[in-house]
Amino acid sequence: MTVLLIITILILTGIALWQITKIFELSQLGQKKDDSQIATEKDNDLNGKLMFAFLVFIYAVTIYSFWTYSKVLLPESASAHGPAYDTLLWISFAVILFAQTLTQAVLHIFAYQYRGINNRKAYFFTHDNKLEFVWTIIPAIIFFLLIIYGMITWGKIMNFEEDEDALVVELYAQQWNWKARYGGEDNVLGDANVRFLNDFDGKNPIGIDSSDPNGMDDFVVTQEFHLPVNRKVIFKLRSQDVLHSAYMPHFRAQMNCVPGMITEFSFTPTKTTDEMRMNSDVVDKVNRINKIRFENSKLLTAKGEESLEPYQFDYLLLCAKICGTSHYNMQMKIVVESEKDYEKWVAKQQIFSEVIQ
Amino acid sequence: MSEVSSIPHSNHDDHHHHKETFITKYIFSQDHKMIAKQYLILGVLFMGFIGVAMSLLFRLQLAWPEQSFAVFDIFLGDWAPEGVMDPNIYLALVTIHGTIMVFFVLTAGLSGTFSNLLIPLQIGARDMASGLLNMISFWLFFLSSMIMLASLFVEAGPAAAGWTIYPPLSALPQAQPGSGMGMTLWLISMAIFVASSLLGSLNYIVTVINLRTKGMSMFRLPLTIWAFFVTAIIGVISFPVLLSAALLLIMDRSFGTSFFLSDIFVQGEVLHYQGGSPVLFEHLFWFLGHPEVYIVLLPALGITSEIIATNSRKPIFGYRAMVASILAIAFLSTVVWGHHMFISGMNPFLGSVFTFTTLLIAIPSAVKAFNYITTLWKGNLQFNPGMLFSIGLVSTFITGGLTGIILGDSTLDINIHDTYFVVAHFHLVMGISALYGLFAGVYHWFPKLFGRMMNKNLGFIHFWITAIAAYGVFFPMHFIGMAGLPRRYYTNTAFPYFDDLANINVVITVFALLAGAAQLVFLYNFISSMFFGKKAEQNPWRSNTMEWTAPVEHIHGNWPGEIPHVHRWAYDYSKPGQKEDFVLQTTPLGKDEKETEH
Repeated sequence: MTVLLIITILILTGIALWQITKIFELSQLGQKKDDSQIATEKDNDLNGKLMFAFLVFIYAVTIYSFWTYSKVLLPESASAHGPAYDTLLWISFAVILFAQTLTQAVLHIFAYQYRGINNRKAYFFTHDNKLEFVWTIIPAIIFFLLIIYGMITWGKIMNFEEDEDALVVELYAQQWNWKARYGGEDNVLGDANVRFLNDFDGKNPIGIDSSDPNGMDDFVVTQEFHLPVNRKVIFKLRSQDVLHSAYMPHFRAQMNCVPGMITEFSFTPTKTTDEMRMNSDVVDKVNRINKIRFENSKLLTAKGEESLEPYQFDYLLLCAKICGTSHYNMQMKIVVESEKDYEKWVAKQQIFSEVIQ
Repeated sequence: MSEVSSIPHSNHDDHHHHKETFITKYIFSQDHKMIAKQYLILGVLFMGFIGVAMSLLFRLQLAWPEQSFAVFDIFLGDWAPEGVMDPNIYLALVTIHGTIMVFFVLTAGLSGTFSNLLIPLQIGARDMASGLLNMISFWLFFLSSMIMLASLFVEAGPAAAGWTIYPPLSALPQAQPGSGMGMTLWLISMAIFVASSLLGSLNYIVTVINLRTKGMSMFRLPLTIWAFFVTAIIGVISFPVLLSAALLLIMDRSFGTSFFLSDIFVQGEVLHYQGGSPVLFEHLFWFLGHPEVYIVLLPALGITSEIIATNSRKPIFGYRAMVASILAIAFLSTVVWGHHMFISGMNPFLGSVFTFTTLLIAIPSAVKAFNYITTLWKGNLQFNPGMLFSIGLVSTFITGGLTGIILGDSTLDINIHDTYFVVAHFHLVMGISALYGLFAGVYHWFPKLFGRMMNKNLGFIHFWITAIAAYGVFFPMHFIGMAGLPRRYYTNTAFPYFDDLANINVVITVFALLAGAAQLVFLYNFISSMFFGKKAEQNPWRSNTMEWTAPVEHIHGNWPGEIPHVHRWAYDYSKPGQKEDFVLQTTPLGKDEKETEH
């Protein structure tokens, strides 16, 4: 049945094309039959006008996209370096949109304005070093400023100090889930290696070296990890099998997890999960998503399947580096909360020395 | 068919009077024009069809995730149980789509077709420096294509680690099914591909340096030749590095070495690898991978330069600036690879260095765009299909190139790295732009390739549908990338947070299907014109370059009698004081005429 449908569609498409070709051909009636397949004055006129129309199309797509799609974008950042990131992003966007609007206009307007007319001679203009200089130097200056700004921000984000009071958290990636390890009371992570993974009958899921005393008070969590608000976190990232990438978009944070080495990233969360749930953009987004989920649920229940749970906002840790079958579903929840709530959560965790007993 | 042996070749030294059989003429041909056609049909039409079709399959899955489609059932069989695509085959399709489009279509197909066709014809040579190497190059490409296609029929599926095949995913058969036999075939195919590409490139370089006709100085070369020449040089510099990466990966996979692997635990087992680093592979891969972008793009830009000048009836603006920017892009392209690795765990200081070199490369790119635009100014534009695609290229090159300012900035890369923003960026700036250059070239040189004209009305339809669809596909992708959606996700239904992106994915897929349908118009136009198209005149576009002085019927050695000499640059369009609005490069200067200063 589907095959028949596809064939019908193909045939109809074919007929439609044939007819459109006919229209193009008819638009050339009146002049003497020319089948040279070289553009005539009429072709130039039509395509030149279409070039102008295309400029309008590009603008329309741009405006439409910003109008309707900007609401799906990430909400305001939830980390200390986030605002600097967002400012740089929107400055770059302003530069891009300005350049895009201007150059596309000039390109398509020239294409429209100078569409060929028989017997008109083009203007012989081979080069102009002054012009070349101008349009080399202007982008150069703009790019230079953007680079300087970018490099300063980059330096601030990446060259973090190993403060004493920064919380150290290890994010541990494997096919296809995340685990997080905390240093415990001493806030120091014990040594670890994949070679210890099979110790203690699978009770050592991220391979802590039991001969390192620093590791005895470490604890490992799955599904979700908690962070205290306004305290700097230094992430140590490891992977046990293939490349993964720890992507925490709401914090404007990402770093690859590389087997055989420990990579690092640091940020300071500035908004608790509860605060972020009150953010107006987030509220709008959640409402929109729940509306979609409600509609989908109706379809599902009609088919006798389970309906979807309503969605509530949570910070996410995703995998952004292709890592195999379930790459698309490698997630962990991040909870940012007050120092007090965080301490309560920590107190509930079982430390390594207890786990292996 | 003209009788080959009857054409006099007075000063054609290595001409042999031999009868050509079907096999030597159409299959194991050493004639550059036939080899160009072979590349066009195998590299562009055949591999292109497969590459595009694959993208439509995974676009269906993305728009209507985990739904049953009859086409999946038909084409994917056991990999789509009950017509629902399996996640592993999704990754495989993405991988092979990327590999085919980047390497087979836009590297071998594009350069193979147009460097082969145009280098001898535009510089005034009888053929490539070595016809034999040229033939071997094509047949290695054929072999490589067949091995890549064979990998689609391996039981566990073809390679599925992304076209960048980062180890350990690509190195460990335990990590994903595609990393077994499928990956082995991928690596063998690419190793052969590199050999083919090197033979081709060396031939192009030697031919351009040694076989230019009398009067064809380097600064009289059409910009097409400059682009092909420099592309070949970048290829020779960077492709061997991919070969070494592939060989080391083969060693890790098959002989137990640890170049790229260390401390790995997979499927309950600790592997013996110790001391290697996947980051090393990333460096090697992108040392080719980034120049590769320009290997794809520069020929397209060269083709565009030629077609825009011809159809504007104006000299290309800033010829020397264009040459300088090609050289600058070529040089810089080899020192920017690290911008693919800002968050790979590489030292942050290196990130700053690569940000700097990356944004530098935007300058010559901007110069090229401005020069194209100025070439149009006060021209007398002839909107042949080739011209439409050339202007389309400039448009997508700008739209796609500008977002490079964001991705090339290490800071901004943090949060959009490996998201759909990247997918949108590179598809516009290198995928669509290079494809437009390829289409422009096919429409423009079809008369030279097949002695017939393509149907212009179908060409117009092809262009306008493609142009609209391309924006419809890739413009919204920027937004889902900035919404935080990582690329290479089989579906985004696993995250309720992305539920409001589902509609956008449907829009993208609808435009993708439209774009796919438009390519069928091209395919139809191509094949029907090949056999039934109107017979071409010798110089249909009234162009200046030398290929149009050669007879329409292909003859071995390109020109009967002596090779014409060159007396001027390639862009004397609408030169004041001339009767016609074009002057062939082979026309001597008039009595009072001064050579154009350029």
